[in-house]
Amino acid sequence: MTQLALVIDLNVCVGCHACVTSCKEWNTSGWAGPMVDQNPYDGSPTGTFFNRVQTFEVGVYPKTETVHFPKSCLHCEEPPCVPVCPTGASYKRPDNGVVLVDYDKCIGCKYCSWACPYGARELDEQQQVMKKCTLCIDRITDAKLSDRDRRPACVLACPTSARLFGDVHDPDSEVSIAIRERGGYQLMPEWGTKPANHYLPRRKTVMHIDQDELTRVDNPLRKEDLTTYTGEETLDDVAW
Amino acid sequence: MHPAFSVIFLTTLIGAGQGLFLAMVTGQLYAIARFLPVQADRFYAVGSLVALILLLAGLASSFFHLGRPERAWRAAAKWRTSWLSREVIVLPIVMALVFAYGIAHWMAWTQPLFRVGESLQVDATLLLGLLGTLASFALFVCTAMIYAGVKFLQEWHTPLTVVNFTFLGAASGFMLAAAYSAYIGNPLVTFFGTWAVILTLVGLISRLAHLSRNAHLKHKSSVQTAIGVRHTAVVQKAQGATGGSFNTREFFHGRSESTAGTVRLVFLVLVFPVPILLIGAAYVTASPTLPILAFVAQYVGLMAERWSFFAEARHPQNLYYQSVA
Amino acid sequence: MQDPVAYSDSLVGRVEVKETTCYMCACRCGIRVHLRDGEVRYIDGNPNHPLNKGVICAKGSSGIMKQYSPGRITQPLRRKAGAERGASEFEVISWDEAFGMLTERLAKLRAEDPKKFALFTGRDQMQALTGMFAKQFGTPNYAAHGGFCSVNMAAGLIYTIGGSFWEFGGPDLERAKLFVMIGTAEDHHSNPLKIDIAAFKRRGGRFISVNPIRTGYSAIADEWVPIKPGTDGALLLAIVNEIIKQGLYDREFLVQYTNSAELVIDDPTRDNHGLFYRAEMHIEEGCFDPQNKLWWDRELNIPISTHTPGVEPRLMGSYTLDDGTPVKPAFQLLKERVEQYTAEWAAPITGIPAETIRRLAHEMGVTARDQKIELPITWTDCWDNEHNSVTGNPVAFHAMRGMAAHSNGFQTIRALGILMTVLGTIDRPGGFRHKAPYPRPIPPCPKPPHGPEAVQPNTPLDGMPLGWPAKPEDLFVDADGEAVRIDKAFSWEYPLSVHGLMHNVITNAWRGDPYPIDTLLLFMANMAWNSSMNTSEVRKMLVDKQPNGEYKIPFLVVCDTFASETVAFADLVLPDTSYLERHDALSMLDRPISEFDGPVDAVRIPVLPPKGECKPFQDVLVELGSRLKLPAFTNADGSRKYRDYPDLIVNYETSPGSGIGFLAGWRGKSGDQFLKGEPNPRQWEMYAQNGCVFHHELPRSYQYMRNWNKGYLHWARAHGMIRYAEPIGLHLYSEVLQKFRLAAQGKWPGRQPPERLRQRVETYFDPLPFYYDPLETQVTDPRRYPLNALTQRPMAMYHSWDSQNAWLRQIHSHNYLFLNPRVGLENGFGDGDWIWVESPHGRVRCMCRFSEAVEPGTVWTWNAIGKAAGAWGLGANADESRKGFLLNHVIAEELPPSAAGDHLSNSDPITGQAAWFDVRVRVYKAAPGEEKITSPQFKPMPRLPGQEKPRGKWQAYVAGAFGKKS
Repeated sequence: MTQLALVIDLNVCVGCHACVTSCKEWNTSGWAGPMVDQNPYDGSPTGTFFNRVQTFEVGVYPKTETVHFPKSCLHCEEPPCVPVCPTGASYKRPDNGVVLVDYDKCIGCKYCSWACPYGARELDEQQQVMKKCTLCIDRITDAKLSDRDRRPACVLACPTSARLFGDVHDPDSEVSIAIRERGGYQLMPEWGTKPANHYLPRRKTVMHIDQDELTRVDNPLRKEDLTTYTGEETLDDVAW
Repeated sequence: MHPAFSVIFLTTLIGAGQGLFLAMVTGQLYAIARFLPVQADRFYAVGSLVALILLLAGLASSFFHLGRPERAWRAAAKWRTSWLSREVIVLPIVMALVFAYGIAHWMAWTQPLFRVGESLQVDATLLLGLLGTLASFALFVCTAMIYAGVKFLQEWHTPLTVVNFTFLGAASGFMLAAAYSAYIGNPLVTFFGTWAVILTLVGLISRLAHLSRNAHLKHKSSVQTAIGVRHTAVVQKAQGATGGSFNTREFFHGRSESTAGTVRLVFLVLVFPVPILLIGAAYVTASPTLPILAFVAQYVGLMAERWSFFAEARHPQNLYYQSVA
Repeated sequence: MQDPVAYSDSLVGRVEVKETTCYMCACRCGIRVHLRDGEVRYIDGNPNHPLNKGVICAKGSSGIMKQYSPGRITQPLRRKAGAERGASEFEVISWDEAFGMLTERLAKLRAEDPKKFALFTGRDQMQALTGMFAKQFGTPNYAAHGGFCSVNMAAGLIYTIGGSFWEFGGPDLERAKLFVMIGTAEDHHSNPLKIDIAAFKRRGGRFISVNPIRTGYSAIADEWVPIKPGTDGALLLAIVNEIIKQGLYDREFLVQYTNSAELVIDDPTRDNHGLFYRAEMHIEEGCFDPQNKLWWDRELNIPISTHTPGVEPRLMGSYTLDDGTPVKPAFQLLKERVEQYTAEWAAPITGIPAETIRRLAHEMGVTARDQKIELPITWTDCWDNEHNSVTGNPVAFHAMRGMAAHSNGFQTIRALGILMTVLGTIDRPGGFRHKAPYPRPIPPCPKPPHGPEAVQPNTPLDGMPLGWPAKPEDLFVDADGEAVRIDKAFSWEYPLSVHGLMHNVITNAWRGDPYPIDTLLLFMANMAWNSSMNTSEVRKMLVDKQPNGEYKIPFLVVCDTFASETVAFADLVLPDTSYLERHDALSMLDRPISEFDGPVDAVRIPVLPPKGECKPFQDVLVELGSRLKLPAFTNADGSRKYRDYPDLIVNYETSPGSGIGFLAGWRGKSGDQFLKGEPNPRQWEMYAQNGCVFHHELPRSYQYMRNWNKGYLHWARAHGMIRYAEPIGLHLYSEVLQKFRLAAQGKWPGRQPPERLRQRVETYFDPLPFYYDPLETQVTDPRRYPLNALTQRPMAMYHSWDSQNAWLRQIHSHNYLFLNPRVGLENGFGDGDWIWVESPHGRVRCMCRFSEAVEPGTVWTWNAIGKAAGAWGLGANADESRKGFLLNHVIAEELPPSAAGDHLSNSDPITGQAAWFDVRVRVYKAAPGEEKITSPQFKPMPRLPGQEKPRGKWQAYVAGAFGKKS
């Protein structure tokens, strides 16, 4: 079975929010839209987003790491949000594992959001139905788009290519290889939700310099006469 | 969690309705067993009507929780997996049985249908009462399991939630039965009052156990598991939106910790000692109003209890919504 | 709901894709605008575009909300008769009336005194046209925003290596092994840099960020080196010192390609002290560096012509020429200079441990030396040496405003250029790479006018409004040595202010110093808010009147797309279009988007009709130029030369028959030429067919070592990019600066500074980089104001441009002052508290946010999130004005009076770069009873006529429609 998912590389995410607004932009006019904004030009503006980039600080100054953390629906393999839905509006597609909401069936009881430990679902406050990341289902299955474009908007947008997209069940896919070889992990593994989306951790490149490496035979200083004689008296002049 | 008043009303109203119905059936059973004097059918019928009104009010309130109430009928679809769906199915069944029980009494359908053993004559009211009892207990379970079934809400994810909902609902129902009896001058006020006190005390034990459990609860998730970074100091700075989001509105009670503490204290006083003392005082003074006061106090207390129940629960998603910048 | 698999956008409506160029920031990525039934449905990156390769940022992805923002101005507006300026009371007028008013007024000014008209523009990307308009008008009072942006970065590096970062060059992260980013650099060249940094990290490159704050790109650095703001110079000089001490410099590179080995006259008693000793030989005049200098031959121990084949010169030592002139190689002078700058010296200044400073130096030096790259590319240098390969030392740097926006920024950036040079990384693989038309001579050829006589009635300006002074004679001063320009650029106060000083225009014009002006035309610059220092006072100056009731700045014209804070102060408002509604040329004549491998320029082509009466500012200028009959816009018979802007772009040539125009691609009658060629009437069409971008990839042998690459330099000259195919040696030692210093010392035969400025010029025009405390630090009590206050631009916002954007503002609707928890602890307040930030110049109230990612001596906030109430189409109670704040209120535009002058700009004394980041502050808790809103507050700006009605509580955008219900 295919399980489509995103793999998000925290090693390169700079927190630019490109994925946030490209998602909104594609989806508000697409199958999963609109994505409503409340108080768009007033106090406390708020709206539906399928994807947010958050910022965390790890450690204490000066050993601080700033972690930019994009978060969207993880398309769990055991999605806890699906069985609790009383109407069947929330479902997981059998063909590609994408977790979706059928807005026409949704009664806006918000129970699915309680059953998501990740806060991935957001209620459309105007239409009063639950909305969430669809992995741009209307792009990735649109045969009229080119292969390159048949990917989620956030993946196309991401300037650091911190978002990989593919089938995590296919061991040879780019995402599976990344998870396997670059320490891909799941969020809140303690709940057994088996998120399909994975995150790749920070990696550090460190340089070690041996003291011996500092001075070399070809040191350019050897080409200079570093002790110029300007006529002052030396031992040469006074000793015998 | 953000305490939704629709849900507070729903659970407390139907809890009291179920409890009142259980009280009626209990009264009838005691009468059959001749521990109590037989009451007029009208007593049960009116009691059932009150229970039904409470159930209906609860149902009505639940619609306010729905974004799309006109589609509420769809909620029965997923009874195999969803406790919410089950509640949606069981609630009308309970209402139907309560209604039927009341009608049966009103119409005095008390001709024995069959006999069990030597002396137990089973009539329609008894049959409906027993079925209604089963359904009511099922409803307590369904309602409570909506909360207890969400494993992420560890404060709720315990059998104590079911026990609390059941005993506190039953207690408020019996308290109402006592108030009802007192109001119409029926001597059963003592009987229902005593049961209400017993149920309240059991509820107290179970609720205190719940509070104590939650006070010592170790949350499975931490900000470390939430973002997958192992370090003792991980602090959120920005959540990606400065004007709030559904996540900040639905999962936070938005009040100070001291307010939450006050509400907890209020419910601990109003739900437990106040009604017990009032019922006790009613025994002594034979006052017809004190049991009514006891119910009112307990019901108000239960609303606070339910508010507190929501406010207590810390959803793991909140780990992602700790700070704005 | 429909099965999503059966859903396709193309089944919902008529889908079209149009390519153009983004303008949500100045980065200029290629975009595809997807229209559904004629309305914008989606904007994504153009995968075939060389700049962004298909990616797009948060701003670019929110272009829809810019297009449809209710903050847009849609009608020309005139301040109502009798209404006070600033009250934002306007009436709608027609374009005809607007042009009539302007033409009448400007024609009079042009006939009387053209400098009474000043044109200053923001981040407009059309400086080739605006500059041409100003020159044609005859006013010297023109500049764009560069002076308050990053001119130190441009000037500091161009005066050192003949190129700079961003449009002019950048780090070659494809081949670098070590990448060092210093200070805030997220504000420019965003997507390409993001693409490159990510790829660099994936390849295992080591990324070090030196920054007081760890956000943005610094977040993913392998190592964060927190530094005190404004002390980068100390760090860089200590690193250079360590690199020289350890012998980690690239000797061969320094000898061949820089002036390191060239002999400098070293005798302070002589008038030519500090100048290169120049041998008598025939040299051609020009703005390049003549090759008539000497080396000291190591073998023969005699002076010898530079670049004599087979000669190895000394880099160190001191020598005496036959005529008795004591000389030293420039490198020796650098070595002597940096000897005082030890790691131990720099440690307390920068807050970086000495050990770390030394380690950084070693990492750079050892990587450069031991991880050499050799590419099998043959090339020929200017001295006819054939090279079989191009080699590189893979250490790359990047820096932008973080380093630039300090009053010691120029010398600091010189130090950076010198560090990059001693490591041997200039235009080599893995180091710094130029982008066409750079490298250019040091300094480039264009010069500002030389005196007041350049300004004559009804005559174009004699000289370029902006240029690159190489000696005191190039300054734009009067007989007393005082400024001719309103912003005092190119005066002795800021001799190398190559981008002007827009940040002082309003203050100077208000004061009438050096003279009052009549009309100030501001394009796309929010001078009544975030583009000004000392904002509260500047707003008062804009409405201040003479005793006779006239405004001190009599006529203010503002052209903008949005109802910015500045629009409120206009007498005449001209509504500009959005970027999706107009033609633009991102021209080689301005600041193109070239790649390392060759020149690139781009265009915008409208995908939507203009909203309301909006008119592109370019068309406004062409119309005005035509009405005023400015020569470049008029045929010989006096008739109008260009129909409109697109017509101008195609047909304009820098001079008749030059073949050089705004666009480099598809030139020649049939479009088969590039860079140079006859105008092509179908040029726009050809750009449209090619994704709106022209990219000429140079042959591999022309892609590196371009300062000295004979093939490249000749190619560049043949294609009109440079005037001289002469080598562009790197100015490790800046003789240009020394000439100004000699003038200040009274040793220069020509122009000399006024007495009050002698010491200032002598001090700061040091031919070798040196470290000094930022000017404001020098005059501020550090005990009273112990903290540095900085701003950064968040990646989801471009300065003030995006608060009108419904999506982007949700990410940053208000801002906090970030500070280390220690600062809160010391000052008795907690995370999230309301506090005051106070500088010697003013104070603002805001909320604070504790952060472990900021050096404890620094506080910072996101720039320009705070807005004046009611501006930008926002409600009066929007977060931006109630909870957001602008730090500019506490930053002064002028320094306190001193012997050098009473009104010196708070800027770099060399370039006039606005010293935004020099401000020092203290913080304290707001009193318990104080209102929980930011301070200062301003009277809400009302909605302007023609501005859309507020859109209400809900906005549900679906391809051009709002409020669709499911």
